[in-house]
Amino acid sequence: MEQKNKFNNRLGIWGWLSGGRYGLERYAYSLHRLCGLGILAYFLLHIFVTGSRIDGQGSWDSAMSSVEGIIFKIGEFLVFFAFAYHGLNGIRLILTEFGVFLGKPKRADFPYKQSTLRQRPVLLVVMVLAAILTIVGGWDFFIAN
Amino acid sequence: MGENPNMDTSQAEEIVKTVTYNVLRYDPDKDSKPRMQRFQVPVPKGRTVLEGLIYIKENLDGSLTWRSSCRMGVCGSCGMFINGLPRLACQTQILDLNADEIQIKPLPNYDILKDLVPDLKPLLEKHKYIHPNLVRREGKEIDGLTGEFFQTPKELENYIQFTFCIKCGLCLAACPTVATDANYLGPQALAQTFRYNTDTRDEGNQFRFDLIDTADGTTKCHFAGACSDVCPKGVDPAFAIQLLKRDMLLHKLHIKRKEKGVPILGKVTDGKRMKGVPDAPEKTV
Repeated sequence: MEQKNKFNNRLGIWGWLSGGRYGLERYAYSLHRLCGLGILAYFLLHIFVTGSRIDGQGSWDSAMSSVEGIIFKIGEFLVFFAFAYHGLNGIRLILTEFGVFLGKPKRADFPYKQSTLRQRPVLLVVMVLAAILTIVGGWDFFIAN
Repeated sequence: MGENPNMDTSQAEEIVKTVTYNVLRYDPDKDSKPRMQRFQVPVPKGRTVLEGLIYIKENLDGSLTWRSSCRMGVCGSCGMFINGLPRLACQTQILDLNADEIQIKPLPNYDILKDLVPDLKPLLEKHKYIHPNLVRREGKEIDGLTGEFFQTPKELENYIQFTFCIKCGLCLAACPTVATDANYLGPQALAQTFRYNTDTRDEGNQFRFDLIDTADGTTKCHFAGACSDVCPKGVDPAFAIQLLKRDMLLHKLHIKRKEKGVPILGKVTDGKRMKGVPDAPEKTV
């Protein structure tokens, strides 16, 4: 007999961020998705701003002036970070989806060493590269220009 | 309620410390939403979280409800969310948690039936969906099996890791994609798809690829790896799913196709016995 008063215990979006004490890959997953959503939001804004060029120079200047200021500059910098991380991590994910870095299946003996640990050095390299790009980008955004 | 005289821990086992169990309670007949309830549990060396729950039920609150059976990490019944991770309560020792307070909730991403009992129906339905059995083109080979299928140890090695799944459901509780998408097949079913597709005795590759080549199939896995982190049997579902993705692609590109399963061996009596091997003993049953 189907029970009626079941309580919905699905974590939802909260499950991406604070689901528990998992490995690094789960949080890399969450950051990858958040960066993807950020890039999507940027693209929408980008299309809206550049689309104003159709209505002439005045409309373009007006649209550009509305996205000036420190808030948008920081926003653009965050988009830069999102591109750097999402792109590099995306390459890692494509490679792992082809089974690269993951090893071969074999009988699992305790203590188990799962595939996430075998590819973790690659994730660490991705994070270091993303950090270097972000620092260089930050210098270009806020100091050089 | 007093101490259960049948569970006298004081004589045989020295109590190392007392921990607080903070347990989620939900009675579908009384409660509109879950609440947390605290219990003090004495802990001798080696006591598991499950044994702590049994202590509560026998001595403090007989209404506390959970699901368990074997107490040795085989049946997969006692999956719970213990101190921030899905774990088997029978395999988690209280002292190993290194905490004075233990928070115990039912597995997330499943509906709660009562207290710590999750509704595992979605897990089992998804498992059944991918046909977790040997599929042969000639159905009679399975229905009226006349002998063993020929399979080498090397071929067994390719999938044996994934046969140890005990359907405990921890992987779905850990998966962030399942957290936002109830229709996603999830790590358990997809790992079992790889397990059967890789089995050389099976001929159901195309059949299963058609089942999972949907928006709710492998494409929704983005290698968060949490399923593999929490698997108590080392099945490593995330690994299986990545290999399954590769196999699907190679299959679609006609690069790797498993067209025919291995044959059935002849009857053992057809062979010649090696010199010096004695007769089998008489049947006793």
